[in-house]
Amino acid sequence: MKLGFLQKALAASREGRPAVLATNLTNGLQTFIEATETAGDLTLDAAALQAIRKAVTEDRNATIETADGPVFIEVFNPRLRCVIVGAVHIAQPLARMAALTGYLVTVVDPRTAFASDARFPDVVLSTDWPDEAMEKLKPNRRTAVVTLTHDPKLDDPALSVALRSDAFYIGALGSKKTHAARCKRLQALGFNEEELARIHGPVGLDIGAISPAEIAIAIMAQITQVLRAEPQSDREAA
Amino acid sequence: MMGDNEEILQQAADWRALGKGVALATVVSTWGSSPRPVGAKLALEQEGAFIGSVSGGCVEGAVIEEGLKAIADGKPRLLSFGVSNDRAWEVGLACGGKIQVFVERVE
Repeated sequence: MKLGFLQKALAASREGRPAVLATNLTNGLQTFIEATETAGDLTLDAAALQAIRKAVTEDRNATIETADGPVFIEVFNPRLRCVIVGAVHIAQPLARMAALTGYLVTVVDPRTAFASDARFPDVVLSTDWPDEAMEKLKPNRRTAVVTLTHDPKLDDPALSVALRSDAFYIGALGSKKTHAARCKRLQALGFNEEELARIHGPVGLDIGAISPAEIAIAIMAQITQVLRAEPQSDREAA
Repeated sequence: MMGDNEEILQQAADWRALGKGVALATVVSTWGSSPRPVGAKLALEQEGAFIGSVSGGCVEGAVIEEGLKAIADGKPRLLSFGVSNDRAWEVGLACGGKIQVFVERVE
């Protein structure tokens, strides 16, 4: 791989732009494709370009057969992001676990006593109001949103923005009773049952978690399940 | 697909910035149960230090050996591993799956 392509792939990923590297596995010739820009010495025909578009849409690497031999299509999709609303105790282990899992993490809490660098070293913090913070963060299909404040004033505005976005995962801390009350409030704001069903509440897989770190494991496991469940079964079937 | 690969590509770029010879190995196809998905990467430098993985640790030794050759001669390589491979006894995949790994020098 040309060092230049490697740097382009890193930059695209950091800046949230999808990119593709196509490699001929027989002769090693490569072409890097990003939006409308193409660079490299591997010539791609219409069929190959179509396969590349499909790979990007499905976020899946693929090998295709061409007249000049097999070509590997590698998709560099934007980094996964995790937005945690509520700089509470559970957010401390969750932020670290999400970072370890490969997510870019932002913790949102306007209460500066909670959202402090001392409590969250090396974590990006936002002390904007959750709805403003979420509008700026623009959750997309590569974003997981978890609300942990337990406080409707903070959780509800964040959930409202998340529900209007393509976030692949939305989770909200709270018992069944709390969640039922939350759904009622959000219904009053105009969200229907189908939309509210996107919220995982009570949040996390039911593994009997008690401590904040254990609850963080349950949440991270559920986020992973939602992200990977389908592609994983496809992969095993292939 | 990015995420853990970003760290690996960044390390490859950092090694190159230090003037070291670097190779990248990428899983390009899998059959059956394979421990790492298509796209999984390993980067290595000329002294044999490496980051990332292409299997559960079964074939990394052989991949690094080929990576060092690629750093030396600049030729890309497509490696196949699996239980039916000639070298199965040495570097076969215990899981019974098959994988292809593309190894290339970072120019």
